[in-house]
Amino acid sequence: MVLKGKVWKFGDSISTDLITPGRFYHLRSNLSELAKHAMEDADPTFSSKVKKGDFLVAGKNFGLGSSREHAAIVIKLSGVSVVIAHSFARIFYRNAINVGLPLVSCNTDQIDEGNTLEVDLERGILYNITKNTKMNFQPLPILMKTILKEGGLVQYIKKHGDLKLV
Amino acid sequence: MFREKTLAEKILKEHSVKDVKANDFVICEVDICFAHDGTSQLAIEQIKKLGIESVAKPNKTILFMDHASPSPRRELSNTHLLMRSFAKKTGLILHDVGCGVCHQIISESYAQPGDIVVGADSHTCTAGALGAFATGMGSTDIAIAMALGKTWLKVPETFKIQVDGNFNRMVYAKDLMLYIIGEIGANGATYKSLEFSGTNIKIMEISERMTLANMAVEAGAKCGLFSSDIKTKMYLQRHGREESFQEIYPDEKAKYERTIRIDSSKLSPMVACPDTVDNVKTVDEVKGVKVDQVYIGTCTNGRIEDLRIAADILKGEKKHNDLRLIIVPTSPKTYIEAINEGIIETFMESGGMIMAPSCGPCVGVHQGILGNGETCLSTQNRNFKGRMGNPEGFIYLSSPATAAATAIMGEITDPREI
Ligand code: SF4
Repeated sequence: MVLKGKVWKFGDSISTDLITPGRFYHLRSNLSELAKHAMEDADPTFSSKVKKGDFLVAGKNFGLGSSREHAAIVIKLSGVSVVIAHSFARIFYRNAINVGLPLVSCNTDQIDEGNTLEVDLERGILYNITKNTKMNFQPLPILMKTILKEGGLVQYIKKHGDLKLV
Repeated sequence: MFREKTLAEKILKEHSVKDVKANDFVICEVDICFAHDGTSQLAIEQIKKLGIESVAKPNKTILFMDHASPSPRRELSNTHLLMRSFAKKTGLILHDVGCGVCHQIISESYAQPGDIVVGADSHTCTAGALGAFATGMGSTDIAIAMALGKTWLKVPETFKIQVDGNFNRMVYAKDLMLYIIGEIGANGATYKSLEFSGTNIKIMEISERMTLANMAVEAGAKCGLFSSDIKTKMYLQRHGREESFQEIYPDEKAKYERTIRIDSSKLSPMVACPDTVDNVKTVDEVKGVKVDQVYIGTCTNGRIEDLRIAADILKGEKKHNDLRLIIVPTSPKTYIEAINEGIIETFMESGGMIMAPSCGPCVGVHQGILGNGETCLSTQNRNFKGRMGNPEGFIYLSSPATAAATAIMGEITDPREI
């Protein structure tokens, strides 16, 4: 899968509390409402400016903190097509794949806000169109790749009837 | 060929059909799985999407109402309704409002050494204190674990945390864990299993081991594990579950990715400063910071052992006038013990207020929310911006002793000076 999009850039240690603040706990039963507050405590204007297909790029340990899968869901619902970060917190990583939100781990220091990127998830290539630079990254492990390709874990189980180590 | 194993490798092997080593992907039988009122709704919706409305092991599947308990809003009351009706339909176990914090109840009543426990909450790792491979996941993973009774896992590499040397007076497991996280960083152990050992760990009660295991995730770890021993046996006995005891320990020549040695006799009281858990300083370095609210409770430090420490310091003293003191016993058992020991009376007399067993102000859902620019010193595990309901607030983390001393003085205070 090859994706192309414009970058919104964030720093290190974006916690799930910044992505989905606890004060919107009651909106967890109303995901489209909750998505209006995506990333609110990291950038209050994010959900009003992000467009479908845009890329969210961040630094180290993206998604640290709670297990709330809502964090991955609101990013996906906000229109973001891929999250690229230097590194991800473990639970967020699983959650994103399970809800069908692609992730790329690579050095993001040279990527700036507003850059246009192209990402080849299968082959592990990131092309910065604005800067005309190219970078390789480790594609997802096969099990996660399959879950992602099939649209998330629920769809995967529906199709295969069980968990399998492909 | 026999491969010597870490605790994590041992437990995962017991639950999968093949031998395992670090970095393998495995499918494991799950012994216990659970979710709470912040994560259940999504899990239930995902199970329904599978076209089923049942769970694989109803007597080992548990829902807790602890984060919004009792409910502060109708939306959350409706989530509670959904949880109750799903529990009725599937026969799973429901702990309704007032039940206490999920991780405490899992340790008191369910987890046993050698188990695999998965929960839709990041601090599920708490049960590692009993020698259970316990790890947090999101709602969808938990939905699948509930429905199928299994999950997939990547076998983690292990950091051995060797802790030798007795604590000094007023230094506790919380100070040790803050120190460790300050040293290795909030992503210093991402995906790893932390395996604790050493002379200090050996003499540590389960309550303190739970504080360490609980905060493993704050260094990014998948789990925080302890061998089971006489302390584990006594803990299970105390909770009427002696038969759950099983001895479990790592093989002598297990392969560790890294060994971290700590001389815990050198530690002093620590705090994590806003806005990250790895922003750790000694109490000495931040003493004098004015505090508007002190919170003693949570799955990290709201157990009877923690309340005893705080009450010893607060006995006969008054909290500072300019500050609120909120105390939340982590479970009903804790609350009852605290009443019987006169601890609740001590807190009330010192001007504290007691809330029902729950997460309390920890996650900013209700009660104890900070005003703009206010500072809280809390015994919880996280101090991210916005954590306690207001991104304009500041959160420091400490042990119950430091929290109690601070409550008296109105500013961050070294408990050794009281
Ligand atoms: S007490 Fe705090 S950290 Fe523990 S489960 Fe509740 S909200 Fe999470």
